[in-house]
Amino acid sequence: MEVDEPVCLPRLPRVAVCGGTHGNELSGVYLVRELLKMAKKEEEEEHLSVLMVLSNPRAMLQCRRYVDTDLNRCFTRATLNGPVSDVAPYEIIRSLELNRMLGPKGSPAAVDLVCDLHNTTANMGLCLIAYSDCDWICLHIFKHLQREMPDTPIRFIHFDVSSRESYSLDSVGKHGFAMEIGPQSHGVVRSNVYTAMRVGVQNMLDWVRFFNSGTIFEGGFVEVFSMVKHIDYPRDRETRNITAAIHPQLQDRDFCLLQPGDPLFQTFSGETLPYKGKDPLYPFFINECAYYEKGIALSLARKRRVMIPAIRVQTEQEQEAYVQEFTSEEEE
Amino acid sequence: MSSFNISSSFKEARRVAIFGGTHGNEMSGVTLVNLWVKNGAEIQRKGVETKPFITNPKAVEKCTRYVDTDLNRAFSPENLSAPRGDNQPYEVQRAQEINRIFGPKGSPDAYDVIFDLHNTTSNMGCTLILESSKDQFNLQMMNYIKKAISPSSCLVLLNEHPLLKYSTSRSIAKHPVGLEVGPQPQGVLRSNIFEAMRVILKHALDFIELFNEGMEFPSCTVEVFRVLERIDYPRDANGNIIAMVHPNLQDCDWEPLNPGDPMFQTFDGKTIRFQGSGTVYPTFINEAAYYEKQQAFVTTRRESLVASSIRKV
Repeated sequence: MEVDEPVCLPRLPRVAVCGGTHGNELSGVYLVRELLKMAKKEEEEEHLSVLMVLSNPRAMLQCRRYVDTDLNRCFTRATLNGPVSDVAPYEIIRSLELNRMLGPKGSPAAVDLVCDLHNTTANMGLCLIAYSDCDWICLHIFKHLQREMPDTPIRFIHFDVSSRESYSLDSVGKHGFAMEIGPQSHGVVRSNVYTAMRVGVQNMLDWVRFFNSGTIFEGGFVEVFSMVKHIDYPRDRETRNITAAIHPQLQDRDFCLLQPGDPLFQTFSGETLPYKGKDPLYPFFINECAYYEKGIALSLARKRRVMIPAIRVQTEQEQEAYVQEFTSEEEE
Repeated sequence: MSSFNISSSFKEARRVAIFGGTHGNEMSGVTLVNLWVKNGAEIQRKGVETKPFITNPKAVEKCTRYVDTDLNRAFSPENLSAPRGDNQPYEVQRAQEINRIFGPKGSPDAYDVIFDLHNTTSNMGCTLILESSKDQFNLQMMNYIKKAISPSSCLVLLNEHPLLKYSTSRSIAKHPVGLEVGPQPQGVLRSNIFEAMRVILKHALDFIELFNEGMEFPSCTVEVFRVLERIDYPRDANGNIIAMVHPNLQDCDWEPLNPGDPMFQTFDGKTIRFQGSGTVYPTFINEAAYYEKQQAFVTTRRESLVASSIRKV
């Protein structure tokens, strides 16, 4: 039987772990603080440099999602390359700083992998959220976490956004994803959620070390949830206030298939509003607090099986050849 | 055993207020009061003027707990008697205004009953908060509510502690009643929590109507949880939190905590145990708003209070 050659990918010498991108998502805040404390005591590693970053210190101090504007929407190419006035929102200034520190986005100097830590009030377990469904690094990390943490629900969510349109902090690195864990109220740290995040980050860094040292990772099928659309709350025409809440039968049922006709909302007068879509889809980010202002009551995804190839790190020779090719592509 | 049956009489409760949005991100109360301001049919009862009221509109608009300072700590005698002025923190100005409309606190003109609607991130279920163990009217109301929603449970938290007691918005009224329902994240509206709060209020208003019609409520025993002390998170020399509520304690509001039981877990996984001298009943476990108030949870003691029979004058 013929075995396919593994896909060879460049080493990942620099990884950034970011917490507090939203200042009230506390697992990431406390974890990065703790890792920063520990990093002072540990020796430097030879093959891997891990940058620990507290992304939005001012929002963290106030224990708010953001000060002026959502930091995790400030990393579009337009924002990063655009003009900055003296009175720019704090988060725009911060996004430029982070881009200098971890990027520049799209350049060879960018960090190899960004892992951006988040919490959600939705009952989503641990999710890796990425723009691509064919970034083999991210998908192999996902496969590794599932294997190493069998008691934790771990899922991969794919937002189909092109690199030109990508807007979040994790898009600054050559590879990146958000690690989103819930349910946890904003402004609170729950020990079980913190521990899941700590173990998830540990396993992610271990995978990178294995990868860099030459381990071959077998391919296979993984399940991916691809975002299809959002649904907003029913709102009062004049005031725009919401007029219904997530139905009790849907509340907390993230990733449980939602069929056409299933209860979706319950109005304040007790009426059930059903899901009117044509296709059964998988709901997630059900009743995420921060999304009320973004007009999102829940998001819906399609479940797909994606075939990922075996991968290994490039040898030095392969790396040189790749760099030459990359440079000549840029020049064209 | 004495067979004394002391009876208390009260005037009819004619003026009742329902406060929502005292903390602008506690959504059940905000939503219910907004609903009732638009259409108050559900809260009307014969012979009672029931006024729904958003106490902290700026905080509600920003979906934040408060703008300058916690409104639910702002009703102190100092604040209420201070000269009015725009230089005062927003919530102090609000407290003075609310005292004018629904008080003055301590005077015969004050509202009879104020229900103050709150949510908590703690797993407290439905909780009624009592400020005085001698308030027979409130004790009888709470007994009525507990019986009415049975087998669902509604517990009574008594905060009479001289140091831990605070100047709440509801303290303006002759009979202040706090409603605390959780768990619900700040800024989020959960259907089940919303409905639970609505049902409790319905029974509370029914009680007032029955009382006003002349019904006598016989003497009864009410189980309460009396606040003992506030326990903070372990902190380092800089005041940073160094441990979290232990997984064994998280979500275990109202369950016994015994000396030696796990209480906190450090960020690197070590267990810190409860060192008290006896069993306590913790509550407000891991409430988001209390990190800045140096409170991981409060301890309480179970007590039975006897309420005298009551009827209207």
